[in-house]
Amino acid sequence: MLPLSAYVAVSAILFVIGLLGVLIRRNFIIVLMSVEIMLNAANINLVAFSHYLESMAGQLVALFIIAIAAGEAAIGLAIIIVVFRGKLSTNVDEMNLLKW
Amino acid sequence: MIAVFFSYFALMSIAAAVMTVALKNPVHCGLALLALLLHVSGFFVLLNAEFLWAVQVIVYAGAILVLYLFVLMLLNLKTDERYFHSTYLYFLTPAVLGSLYVIYLLLHSPFAGAKGDAPVVAVLQDGDTAAIGIKMFSDYLLQFEIVGVFLLGAIIGAIVLAKTPKPLNLRKD
Repeated sequence: MLPLSAYVAVSAILFVIGLLGVLIRRNFIIVLMSVEIMLNAANINLVAFSHYLESMAGQLVALFIIAIAAGEAAIGLAIIIVVFRGKLSTNVDEMNLLKW
Repeated sequence: MIAVFFSYFALMSIAAAVMTVALKNPVHCGLALLALLLHVSGFFVLLNAEFLWAVQVIVYAGAILVLYLFVLMLLNLKTDERYFHSTYLYFLTPAVLGSLYVIYLLLHSPFAGAKGDAPVVAVLQDGDTAAIGIKMFSDYLLQFEIVGVFLLGAIIGAIVLAKTPKPLNLRKD
């Protein structure tokens, strides 16, 4: 039986990698992929706690997170297509229309 | 045996995450993300969550990732982007040190709490899918409906956003 902290540690490492990807990468699509890495890290955490604390709530919340990730991917990629049509680029540095 | 599988899934998922963040070609990043998602689904099998394993493979690896790859192929991106913004280097060292500290804390704190009402033996009797279904359509019914409305809104929003804009018919009278 593995300790719970093993799963929590893997999830923390994955979350930090995804956070670094959001901060470092300039390509909007890769930024969205890094957000998916972070959501997966949260899912591992929820399912691990659900298993070790013998409750079903964690798995249900993980299911809802997957549904919300699907919606986020659809909307995010639609926004990327709209921006790309105007600028021919997906660099996040060039998206400053709403900046004051 | 579980430890062997766990270390395999942990090493492969961390390596795939690093490749997703670090590779230059966006299509290669997408394929590394596919490897990450499949290995994360392996964790779910180790944790007795077979239904989530199936959902992860079908929805994440089958639908979301294909959507990403479609858009990548559609846009035909250049790969000559910069990796580091000059100011981010100042944040990187504190970020790495802070995350190491968080991992140290995680490995040394006891995680105990009140146990829930779904022990492993009871879940294994009818299977994980039955347990999730009963819970979802009794205690979590409102959240389930909210997620349904949310997905409908996301579909409509994506179609409206990505639709080709029609040129305005300016009447000249």
